[in-house]
Amino acid sequence: MKRREGLAKLTGREPYVDDLAVDGALWGMTVRSPAPRGRIREVRFGDGVDWSEVVVVDHRDLPGPNQVKHLTVDQPILAAAAVRHVHEPVVLLAHPSRRAARRAAAAVEVVVDPEPAVLDFRAPPRPEQVQHGDDNVFTRLTIAKGDVERALAAAAHVIEGVYETGAQEHVYLEPQGMVAWVDGDGVLVVQGSMQCPYYVVEALTHALGRGRDAVRVVQTATGGGFGGKEDFPSCVALHAALLAMKAGRPVKLVYERGEDMAATTKRHPSRVRHRTGVDAGGRLVAQHLEVTLDAGAYVTLSPVVLSRAIIHAAGPYRCDHVLIEGRAVLTNSVPYGAFRGFGAPQTHFANERHMDVVADRLGLDPVELRRRNLLADGESTATGQVIRDGVDRAALLDQALELASFGERRAAHERFNREHPYLRRGLGVATVHHGAGFTGSGEVFLASEVEVAGLPDGRVEVLTASTEMGQGTTTVFTQVAAAHLGYEPDDVEIAQPDTSRVPNSGPTVASRTVMVVGRLIERAGDDLRRRLGLDGGARGAALKEAVAAWHRAHPGESLRGFARYEPPPGIRWDDATYRGDAYATFGWAAYVAEVEVDLRTFTPRVTDFVAVQDVGRIVNETLARGQVQGGVVQAIGWALLEECKLEGGAMVNNQLTDYIIPTSEDVPPVRVAFQETPYPYGGMGAKGLGELPMDAPAPAIANAVAAATGAAAWKIPLTPEHLMELMEDGDHARPG
Amino acid sequence: MPAQADAIEVFFELNGEPTTVSVPASDRLLDTLRYDLGLPGTKEGCGEGECGACTVYLDGLPVNSCLVPTYQVRGRRVATVESLDPAELDDLHAAGATQCGACTPGVAMTARWICEHPEVLARHTVRQLMAGNLCRCTGYDGIVDGIEATLAREGK
Amino acid sequence: MPVLTPESLEEACRLLAADPGAVPMAGGTDLLVHWPQNLDAHGRTYLDLSRLDELRPLRWTDDALVLGALTTYWDVIRDPRAGEEFPLLIAAGRQVGAVQIQARGTWAGNVVNASPAADGVPVLMAYDAVVELASAEGTEEVPLDAFYLGYKRMRRRGDQLVAAIRLPRRAYDVAIFEKVGSRRAQAIAKVGLALTRSAAGWRVVAASMAPTVCRCRALEKLLTDGAAVASPDDLLAAIRQDVKPIDDVRSTAAYRERVMARVLYHALLGKAESFG
Repeated sequence: MKRREGLAKLTGREPYVDDLAVDGALWGMTVRSPAPRGRIREVRFGDGVDWSEVVVVDHRDLPGPNQVKHLTVDQPILAAAAVRHVHEPVVLLAHPSRRAARRAAAAVEVVVDPEPAVLDFRAPPRPEQVQHGDDNVFTRLTIAKGDVERALAAAAHVIEGVYETGAQEHVYLEPQGMVAWVDGDGVLVVQGSMQCPYYVVEALTHALGRGRDAVRVVQTATGGGFGGKEDFPSCVALHAALLAMKAGRPVKLVYERGEDMAATTKRHPSRVRHRTGVDAGGRLVAQHLEVTLDAGAYVTLSPVVLSRAIIHAAGPYRCDHVLIEGRAVLTNSVPYGAFRGFGAPQTHFANERHMDVVADRLGLDPVELRRRNLLADGESTATGQVIRDGVDRAALLDQALELASFGERRAAHERFNREHPYLRRGLGVATVHHGAGFTGSGEVFLASEVEVAGLPDGRVEVLTASTEMGQGTTTVFTQVAAAHLGYEPDDVEIAQPDTSRVPNSGPTVASRTVMVVGRLIERAGDDLRRRLGLDGGARGAALKEAVAAWHRAHPGESLRGFARYEPPPGIRWDDATYRGDAYATFGWAAYVAEVEVDLRTFTPRVTDFVAVQDVGRIVNETLARGQVQGGVVQAIGWALLEECKLEGGAMVNNQLTDYIIPTSEDVPPVRVAFQETPYPYGGMGAKGLGELPMDAPAPAIANAVAAATGAAAWKIPLTPEHLMELMEDGDHARPG
Repeated sequence: MPAQADAIEVFFELNGEPTTVSVPASDRLLDTLRYDLGLPGTKEGCGEGECGACTVYLDGLPVNSCLVPTYQVRGRRVATVESLDPAELDDLHAAGATQCGACTPGVAMTARWICEHPEVLARHTVRQLMAGNLCRCTGYDGIVDGIEATLAREGK
Repeated sequence: MPVLTPESLEEACRLLAADPGAVPMAGGTDLLVHWPQNLDAHGRTYLDLSRLDELRPLRWTDDALVLGALTTYWDVIRDPRAGEEFPLLIAAGRQVGAVQIQARGTWAGNVVNASPAADGVPVLMAYDAVVELASAEGTEEVPLDAFYLGYKRMRRRGDQLVAAIRLPRRAYDVAIFEKVGSRRAQAIAKVGLALTRSAAGWRVVAASMAPTVCRCRALEKLLTDGAAVASPDDLLAAIRQDVKPIDDVRSTAAYRERVMARVLYHALLGKAESFG
């Protein structure tokens, strides 16, 4: 089935929030802190602006707690006395003219008396830099299995390594934006670009002293999210709402690209230290890891990012003795947040790069090292989760190598590299896993709900809070409902996520949409049949007629099938000890990258890419392939091109000329293959897919560059300047 | 010619129709299309001529409308994504050229231009010609496949 | 925001003489970047050149290729003769931004934008381009390699307009353009190099290596003298005389210097007899 809203997007008719013409709307702007830390001494409103025409909002206008409700409430909506990062919002302005709003914003000066800021997450803070607890550590989490110190002491070889990954900016092509107004019934309506309408509802009700019924949040067509619109929209929504409430008129608040890049969340930077024990046969016997994430100035989602990071940190391998110590640390940087992969790409980079380092130290082929250690069914992960999903992980690796013509190409590259004056070619492999859905008890806690309504004409409407942001929600939900009920796709409506109409099916994150919410759609469809007194055999025209007949018999009434999340049987997770079944299920992948490095300019280029994965059943081949290709290219950017240059903890290369994402000329065709082992508890047998493609490319590329050049890559982005240092100067920045 | 006052009148051909608009001299063509002419299909992604989401045709060539002063289109031909024939976009649709859609109007414009002027492929590859349209979702394969399918179907 | 709209070059010069602070606007691909946020720019007066159709076409004479003030990169890329006689113009033009920029950006605009990382200027300079400046007082010709006085400073009075850029037609037996960017398209050069050799001698031009695009006279002398060059390092002494790269948001001085040596060395292997 072709993407359902595809033609509307291709012809420019899909309405995004900035496309909406809202009568009488004012344009909002945000005035921000210039300093990474300090006390606000004064806010000066300059000359040259008629301030009587400008709506001004600051923390004193807040009707309730000055808190953006995420996991915690430490982040203020608007800074009051103190600021903790550059670009922290302080004052909001609105004016009928966008140009005038910009001029007004430029005329406001926030004067800050600076305090000692902490900007390097690697070093312990000095006493005057401590702003949380006694050591700036927001969260500590530990995974322990067996006795790692004893196993390391007994190991034939112990190999150490330190790896770092940089921040990454989402660059969704549609910037953040919201429009807010209070309607005739006194209901606060907020429409805009977002992944999680109910997160926004929660943030609004928490802060604005309004009941649930006095707030309505509607997701408009969202031009990309990648996690960047998971939590940050709550801030934008609150700001737009505050301006609208004060102005008594609608307010549109749409970020400009430079503002969006500099002031919103990014991927957490990471550092991972490995101590790995292997036996004489190249089997992992001990893995000790220290994982540190830079959380930025506020907690946001860091505890969950850290959780996922450490759960994946030891890789898809068998090892009896594992100790993973994780910390998320405060710095006065712009707060970091959700980004596709959510901690797993960071630790998979470290682990998969380290596997090649281990192989090299042992004189073993890196492919063979992986073969000897990949989890087989019946074996357990670092948290003690026994894997039993029937996926043939070795076959994934085999298929990837075959598609990449690995053996032949590697031999050809050796010959090529001996002869060419300045080009070097190499291949790199990475094998990874990605837990689908929320961690452990997370899905139970979410208690997601879905409704499938039977309409008077016999068609059905699927009501969920899951958002379409390009990943294919609308189309796949149509397919799931249509397949389950035997309906034609045109007889299935997907409701716009409008919190006055749809139940809370949870956030659109964590690769849970098809697997968890799709499954709920199937069960809600079954419930619809039950309410009609029908069983699972009722399908197609017969079912459609039954729905229509019910409405004839019950005019004006509502017919809804309902489902609430139930965990698959046998999932046991202990939050206190961090042991057990971390995820209901995992996706698995083996990726191969081929690079060519130009030693004149130290520039690596990806010349071929093979991505093989098993994510259960593929519901829509084109959409699934597109998710993999897009994720791979986004990860190529993270690995080679995208560097967030920070000053005072804020991005100074905050424009697309200087923050380099791949163009069509920078990447090869991405060759994708799926193996399918259906997952019985996922919608149509599917597991999660959206984030898995972020996990393997960066280490595969780093491994390929190392194979091509001998450079001991340890950090990304692996820019030409960094590669030059590695190859020419010996790398002085690398920690011991 | 005397210096212009702040509002200027611009007569031009828009999507095949003669059009007049009165706008501040400092407006960009992108602003005029989106906010004065009711054509929000053309998108603003970066404001610096990097992302191509604002691509329109000016006298038949694809340009970034965020970098065109509206006063410069006086007497010229402008075409926007709203002028594209949906039937000609079907191969792009089927190949997965669009996901979130934010870059898509610009992509569709450049893609259609290539298909209308296949002679440019004598010295440029499709990927080179599409390098001015940044996409964060597709990884470009769906776009390139869609253009190649269109070229094949149109016999070019 | 006043906009002056001359209908002829002569009128444009008169208007500019009356208001030398007016900013000439050609394709807008430099001046309109981040325009809405650039509040100061909205208060200036602009001289709209876009109606001066006579300045758009490129012209061939017996001894020169003359680019008009409004000739775009795309105009040159599509000209078959330009491809044959001045291949570096095509090579550089194709690497300016992408199609959308090439369709609007002008060579003259690139010259007066005076960026040290310019893409068009290096190849024009390597082809010994001459800038024709027009004003109400008449025309003046300035060789491009004498046009820049320092960072963003050039030999153009406020009342002068670039009317044309003239490239002498010659036989070149070496024509090389190398742009080292952060990615393959739409990249600002970290190192730009344009080299030519003709009966008039070697021209070596570097971009992003100094406050202006500049000729590298020490390297030209090294090549003319036929000094033996066995490795990229043998070029460093001359490079250090000719350019002074810096660390900036795009790259580092150390990278630029080393990469310039390596790119030059490999580009000239097989072209300069004393290399290798």
